Amino acid sequence: MIQERQGDSKKQKSIFASITGAFKSFSTALPLFIGIILLLGLLRTYVPPRLVSSIFRGKVFTDTILGSIFGSISAGNPVTSYIIGGELLKEGISLFAVTAFIVAWVTVGVIQMPAEAALLGKRFAILRNILSFVLSIAVAIATVITWGWMR
Amino acid sequence: MKNGSKGKSEKRTLYGFIFLAFVMVLYIVLYILNPDKTFISLRISGNILVRLIPLLIVVILFMGITNHFFKSKAISKHLGKESGSKGWFIAALAGILSHGPIYIWYPLLKEFHQKGMRPALMGVFLYNRAIKIPLLPLLVYYFGIEFAIILMIWMIMASFAEGRLLEIL
Repeated sequence: MIQERQGDSKKQKSIFASITGAFKSFSTALPLFIGIILLLGLLRTYVPPRLVSSIFRGKVFTDTILGSIFGSISAGNPVTSYIIGGELLKEGISLFAVTAFIVAWVTVGVIQMPAEAALLGKRFAILRNILSFVLSIAVAIATVITWGWMR
Repeated sequence: MKNGSKGKSEKRTLYGFIFLAFVMVLYIVLYILNPDKTFISLRISGNILVRLIPLLIVVILFMGITNHFFKSKAISKHLGKESGSKGWFIAALAGILSHGPIYIWYPLLKEFHQKGMRPALMGVFLYNRAIKIPLLPLLVYYFGIEFAIILMIWMIMASFAEGRLLEIL
């Protein structure tokens, strides 16, 4: 009985130690997180949605690439990308461009890249973001074409 | 080995402080140029941070619990090279179900990678974080249900393609 209790206490202690270890590991990334959060604040104030919509030119191919580029350098809640995307559609921007924009918004993270590179490796972060950028264009084209066929 | 990992961690912390210092200098410069706008930026960042605190606590607890119960062998079995199609499925599902901004998951992925998680599955997890079930009604509202479903399917397929390419390239 006593042995069992001692075992339980040891187990509890080691769970606590694991959580403390996780906290220590997390705290090493804290300056990076704070830096990213501060950058997000700047981005939201200095790059308003109006600026994004003024960039598109009405040409499907160029706009799709521009959509991916601006989705990649933007960051924040995906809801914002849906709202901007909805507004862009109303303004007559092609669905290819809008889809590329909302996909790149959530899959490519230029702002978060310093943290991703520091924690997961520079090569992994760069390659993953480049692939996500290219795939955002591919996903946009595939989605819009499939959707067109099904209508 | 431990010294190497400690050195890496110290290097990462130093890099983090340099990055933070760079952002703070940027704030100072922008504050001189446009104090009102920069102050709004700071307030927005403060709001983001406050919103993230509960989520950070959940992630730290989750990291601690997984560290305790899932040893390297289990991670390697379910998310490592020998995990097979089950590993791809787990990574995709975990990505879809995970919550919060992408960057709060990097420390957990780093630990899983050190315990044997494949880079391909890290890519699959991160890509599938783009699929947010709670936000689906909003996507449907703006783009329609057919479009939303097609987009989700293509995104899941793209996540697998990205995972494969991350290992091939």
